[in-house]
Order: sequence, then C-alpha cells, then structure tokens
Amino acid sequence: MHIVVCIKQVPDSREIRIDPNTNTLVRQGVPAIVNYYDLHGLEEALRFKDTVGARVTVISMGPPSAEKSLRQCIAMGADEAVLVSDRAFAGADTLATSYVVALTIEKVAQEFGIVDLVFCGKQTLDGDTGQVGPGVACRLDYDQLTYVEKVVALDEKNHTITVHRHLEDGVEVVQTKLPALITVLTELNKPRRASLPGVLKAAQYKPVVWSTNDFANIDRSKIGLKGSPTIVSKTWVPEPRKVNTEMIDGPSPEAIAADVTKRLWSSEAASRLGWA
Amino acid sequence: MATERFDAVVVGGGPAGSAAAYTMAKAGLKVVLIERGEFPGAKNIFGGVIYRKQLEDIIPEFWKEAPLERQVIEQRMWILGDQSAVTLSHRNEAFKEPNNCWTGLRVKFDQWFASKAEQAGSLNIYETVVTELLRENGKVVGVRTDRDEGDLYAEVVVVADGVNSLLGKALGVHREWQPNEVSLAVKEVIAMPKEKIMDRFNLEGNEGVTTEFVGNTMGMAGLGFLYTNQDTLSFGVGVMVSDLKKKHVKPYELLEGVKQHPMLRRLLQGGETKEYAAHLIPEGGFHSIPPLSGDGWVICGDAAQLVNFVHREGTNLAMTSGRFAAEAIIEAHEHGDFSRAGLAGYDRRVRESFVHKDLKKYKGLHNFLRDSDPTLMFDKLPQALNEAAYQMLLVDGVTKSEKQRMAMRGVTEATGGLMSLIKLGARGWRAMNG
Ligand SMILES: Cc1cc2nc3c(=O)[nH]c(=O)nc-3n(C[C@H](O)[C@H](O)[C@H](O)COP(=O)(O)OP(=O)(O)OC[C@H]3O[C@@H](n4cnc5c(N)ncnc54)[C@H](O)[C@@H]3O)c2cc1C
Ligand SMILES: Cc1cc2nc3c(=O)[nH]c(=O)nc-3n(C[C@H](O)[C@H](O)[C@H](O)COP(=O)(O)OP(=O)(O)OC[C@H]3O[C@@H](n4cnc5c(N)ncnc54)[C@H](O)[C@@H]3O)c2cc1C
Repeated sequence: MHIVVCIKQVPDSREIRIDPNTNTLVRQGVPAIVNYYDLHGLEEALRFKDTVGARVTVISMGPPSAEKSLRQCIAMGADEAVLVSDRAFAGADTLATSYVVALTIEKVAQEFGIVDLVFCGKQTLDGDTGQVGPGVACRLDYDQLTYVEKVVALDEKNHTITVHRHLEDGVEVVQTKLPALITVLTELNKPRRASLPGVLKAAQYKPVVWSTNDFANIDRSKIGLKGSPTIVSKTWVPEPRKVNTEMIDGPSPEAIAADVTKRLWSSEAASRLGWA
Repeated sequence: MATERFDAVVVGGGPAGSAAAYTMAKAGLKVVLIERGEFPGAKNIFGGVIYRKQLEDIIPEFWKEAPLERQVIEQRMWILGDQSAVTLSHRNEAFKEPNNCWTGLRVKFDQWFASKAEQAGSLNIYETVVTELLRENGKVVGVRTDRDEGDLYAEVVVVADGVNSLLGKALGVHREWQPNEVSLAVKEVIAMPKEKIMDRFNLEGNEGVTTEFVGNTMGMAGLGFLYTNQDTLSFGVGVMVSDLKKKHVKPYELLEGVKQHPMLRRLLQGGETKEYAAHLIPEGGFHSIPPLSGDGWVICGDAAQLVNFVHREGTNLAMTSGRFAAEAIIEAHEHGDFSRAGLAGYDRRVRESFVHKDLKKYKGLHNFLRDSDPTLMFDKLPQALNEAAYQMLLVDGVTKSEKQRMAMRGVTEATGGLMSLIKLGARGWRAMNG
C-alpha cells in the first residue's frame, strides 16, 4: 500500500492582517504552516502506516521555503517528501496547480512505486477553492471521494475503500475501487504530535526536489501563469461590520468580571435566550 | 527513545544555548539543541542591547548578517523627579567604528543565532520541552522531553534554560528564588514611524540611543529603559519582586504610571503598543552563582545567574559562558572524559574572564540594595537631586551660596543627616567595587 498526501504551505491565517492603505494581504512576516486540512489527510495515511504498513509519500508544489512544512510531515512519520519547485510554476491557478500535482503523483508512482490512495485537504486556508483535489483526480482518472469525515474500511485484498462523506443533508456511505483520491474534513481524526525520533529524523531530512526539467513530458503551456486562465479582475476587502464596543473597567479583575456578568444577565440577548 | 547517541544536548535556544551549540557543531561535535518555543526567541524578551565584542568572538563580522536594529551611539541616564529630570549622557561617533553595541529584538535575533548553529551542523528541534534530566550512577546521561519516545542520550547536557532553570533546580544548584533576588520587568514594543523616531532622538541613518532611568518607580528598587529600534521603541521597567509584593502594585500599573512622566510622555506620544511582555531578571549577583559543571553537565547564562544588572549586560555573558562551556566540552570530547574533572575547563575559563571579574566587582551590591531603604534610594534621593538642580538653576535673587546650602541640605535631609549620607556613599562605593 502506497499513499500520497498532497500538502500546501499557507500563511497562518490567524496572523494575517490587511494593509488598510492598499487593501491587500500583508504576507510579510506571517508564519507559514501546513494547510491544516492536509494534516488530517496525513494523519489518516499514517494510521494506515501504523496498521497495515502503508508507505507514505508527501508532495507539495511551492517555493523552496515549503521544505519546512514537508519536514514537519516527515517528523510526524511520513517516509518520503517531494518538493516540486520552480519559478516556472509561480502564479499557478487551480488548473495549473492540479496539472503539476497530477504529474508529480505520476512521477512518484514511477519512482517510489504504484500509488493506491491520494489524500488532499478539502480546501486551503488561503486559496480556499477546494478545486485542486478534484482536478487532480480527473487528470489521473482516479475515483474521487470528497468531504470525507471518516474512513470506515480499507480492504487490501479486494482493493476497495469505504468512507463517510459529509453532505449538507446527511452522511453518504460509499465504497469504491482503488486507486482513489480523497479530500478530507477536519472531523476525520486528530493529527498526532511528532515523536522525538520523528523530529530528529526531520531535522536531518532533505526532501527530494523536482523542477520542470525533471518532468520528461511536461507541457510548458499548462504550468505557471501561462497555464492559468483565471483572471483576477478585482479584489476588495469587505467593509468591516460596525460593532459597538464598550471598555468595561473596574478597580480589580474580580470587580470587572462581576460587572460583566451582571450586564450580560440583564442584557437583551440574555432575555431573548431565556436566561434571565 | 531516540537510538542515536549525541555528543551534547543543549537545552534552551537563547543566546547561551545557541552560542554553545554553534561552537560545538562547528568543531564537528554531534549536537542537538532543544527549544520549547515555536522557534527560538518566540517568547523571549530583553531590553535590549546586543554587544559586539562577545558575539564577534563567536561569529566574526556577525553584524553584516544578524538582524540588528540600530547602532547605539548615545547612552543616556536619567534621574527622574516627579515632573523633572537630571540627565547625564554620552554620545560619541567613536561608538560607530568599531561598533560598540546595537539595539535588537529577541524574536528576530534568537531565531537568527539558532539558525547559525543549525547551519554549523547542530540539529535544532523546537516546540519540545525538556522535562527532566536522565541520570545513571549519579552522572547526567541525557534528557527526557515531552514528546513520545522522548528520551535522548548524550555525553554531556548543556543547561541553558534561562532564569527559571527547571533543570538547574533538578541538579540542586539552583534554589527557588527569594523575591529580593529577582526583579520583574515589563516591556512594551511601541510602533512609531521611522522619521518620528529619528527626529525625536536626534538620529541619522542607522544611529540609535539608549535611555535608562531611575526614580519615579513608586518608591520601588528598579530601573526603566527606553531604546530606539528601526521603527519601534522598546520601553519597560523592572523592579524587585519583593517591592512589588510589599507595595501591592501590579507591573502594568507601574508601566502606565511611568509613561505619564513629561520626559517620557513626549517621546512616546503617538506610538502604538504592539507587544506587551513580562520576564524575570536574576539580580542575586556574584554570591548566587552556582557550581558551573558536574558529571555530564554544565550550566550557562541566566540559568547560572550570570547577569550584570548594573550594566544591563546579560546576553553577552550568556554567549560567552555558552562559548566557554562548548570549548571545555570540545576538550572533554578529545580526552573522552565528561566527568566533573573533565569539564573543569569551563569553570576555569569563566573564572579567568570578565564574566566572573565583573560580577565579583559588584558582589556587595545585592546586599547593599537589600539592606537599604528602596524609598530612599529610588525615590527620595532622586527627588532631592532634582530639587537641588532646580534650586541651583533658578534665578530668583537668593544668593548662590545660600542656594548651595539649600541644595546640600535637601540631599542630606533625604538620607537622614550628613553622617548617614557619607556612610551610604561609602557603603555604596564598596558594594560597587568589591
Ligand atoms: C481568483 C484567484 C486568483 C488567484 N491568483 C493567484 C495569483 O495571482 N498567484 C498565485 O500564486 N496564486 C493565486 N491564486 C491561488 C492559487 O490559484 C491557488 O492557491 C492554488 O491554485 C491552489 O488552490 P487552492 O489554494 O484553492 O487549493 P484547494 O483547491 O483549496 O486545495 C485543496 C487541496 O489540494 C491540495 N493542494 C493545493 N495546492 C497544492 C500544492 N501547491 N501542492 C500540493 N497540494 C496542493 C491540498 O491537499 C489542498 O488541501 C488565486 C486563486 C484564486 C481563486
Ligand atoms: C527586561 C529585560 C531587559 C534586558 N535587557 C538586556 C540588555 O539590554 N542587554 C543584555 O545583554 N541583556 C539584557 N537582559 C538580560 C538577557 O535577556 C539575559 O541575560 C539573556 O537572555 C540570557 O540568555 P540565556 O540564553 O541564558 O537565557 P534565555 O534567553 O532566557 O533563553 C533560555 C531559553 O531556554 C528555553 N527553555 C527554557 N526552559 C526550557 C525547557 N525546559 N525545555 C526547552 N527549552 C527551554 C526558553 O524558551 C528560552 O528560549 C534583559 C533581560 C530582561 C528580562
């Protein structure tokens, strides 16, 4: 069993600010993290490593600095990590991204062994489209299972997988043949904390790096900005909603807390909720 | 458990730990550095001033690449009265070539310094807390961390875990603090446009100014500081924990109070507070320095109380002690002897250097301050000095000799008479020149 996990390094959205003058995201100095949906995909893959001895390869298309995120995956237990990095990939939209990610998975299959299962996150924290997973599945001609909140069974003998898909009106239980691509929700599991041998291994690990030249039959018109038909016509920041804030002060923390509680209980909201 | 065995494991990615890891890794030792923060410096704070000499001894020409804020060309000392100040300062172009010191921010600096160690070959691991030391037959043989399979074995453990040194306590060389042996510092980083900073502090290019002040700390023993960074100011005060307890003052109240002083208010005006943090500073001085090494361990930096609080020097002592520890470990590695005797080269290096000698010079100061009345030293005397200056400079028809008498009287009365003043002066001198 060989599982590929697709990860994207994204700016930590908890730390993102918007420049009030230019209305653009301030990315400078914002720490980069692994898109957290992807960590749930990795965790699920690692569980199959623990239970059935699956091999786990992590891949990412991104700048050289994404090496940090790949190392984090190695620390958690991934066997191998591949960084696909080249200036020519820059400016990719979801079409171009899924093209390169799909090519990478094909190459991983050639070099590290046949791929049975691919995990993607449901979406990213920055791009947020949720299109890359399905795009990759189409290109590879894999069955796609989106919005997966639970993997019920992985049958190695019959080469099938059974999952719960979380839909708006309920849960769908589906089974399909491998190879398949799964996009995961955070309900799936709780990502593990890396062990000490894991972080030590990661500290010494260098990911495999591939550039455009490493792909024999890459179609250069399909990558990067050139391969991205998406046109950003306009971006804007929604007007912040006006909220009435009031500073509640007092002689001591206890007094402030007492005041806050008193006001909450006598508020309109409390009576609406039937608390009072 | 990690099956690999290392030459050294360093606990703490502050200046002491990174200096030790860098020096050892560069000499080819197998080193692991463990830091509990998300990255080194994530939660560390200091004033802060970074000195050239001691870091240059470790990384020549570091200033060409290290993230430093401004080169300090002027240092100011202010003695504050309620609404006044007596100031003393020194500005000198000579501080530029060679550079004496810089202002800096730990978030950037520590990260850089630890990355230098990493480039030299140290395996740095973060978000990992060392919870205890592993021992065999009384000898330290490694550390236990809070991660799964978290034991790590090494020939020697470098304890550089800072002022609260959990591991120092475990070694029994670091007792619990007495409130009169540590001060608590609160600090804000205040954002301000570059041009405004340069205007207000009379600066060109990359020049910077440091200001320290005494007085106006509600009668508590303490010191305040205001340093210029690129586009922020570092502003804070530290006071003895025992005084805070006695006066029932909360640190942030103190900080807010000090901000209102006319000397400071004008400099801080319009700035936006970006960060707020608090940290302890060991003030025990010379007498509280523990044994610096034992079987399989050495202790450096704040964990070993190596702070010269009179001159707000800490990072440089931390780096130097880290380097000395590393040099001793490199020798121990050559001889294959990591026992207390094998590591004694560390104690010797510290003893023969400025680290030990400077701290020794001020060895009486801790007791002097402990035994003297903080309201006298940090309130009445500064007030009296300001009043004296005011009287001397006020032209109101009173004769100059009468003014001089009034000024002298003010100061002597504050201390309770001329004899007390002389005694105080003598004791203070001795404390600073032990
Ligand atoms: C209108 C618009 C304009 C944009 N303009 C630009 C631009 O000018 N420049 C620019 O750089 N970006 C731009 N982007 C962002 C870029 O298109 C996306 O970040 C990128 O294509 C991935 O899509 P996503 O982040 O929405 O991923 P999603 O589809 O939300 O990701 C789903 C999953 O796919 C996998 N995945 C996604 N990306 C990668 C990757 N790189 N490597 C490995 N796995 C991955 C992960 O498992 C992830 O959880 C733009 C996006 C939009 C919507
Ligand atoms: C307000 C203030 C102002 C100061 N101003 C100056 C100044 O201007 N100039 C100057 O030179 N010095 C100054 N100092 C002193 C200086 O900051 C310290 O002396 C110096 O940082 C000591 O370095 P260190 O490496 O020993 O400890 P630290 O810098 O405290 O580093 C210890 C590290 O160990 C980590 N750690 C602790 N426990 C564990 C554990 N169990 N497991 C893993 N990691 C752990 C911590 O996260 C930390 O990163 C100031 C201090 C303060 C508080």
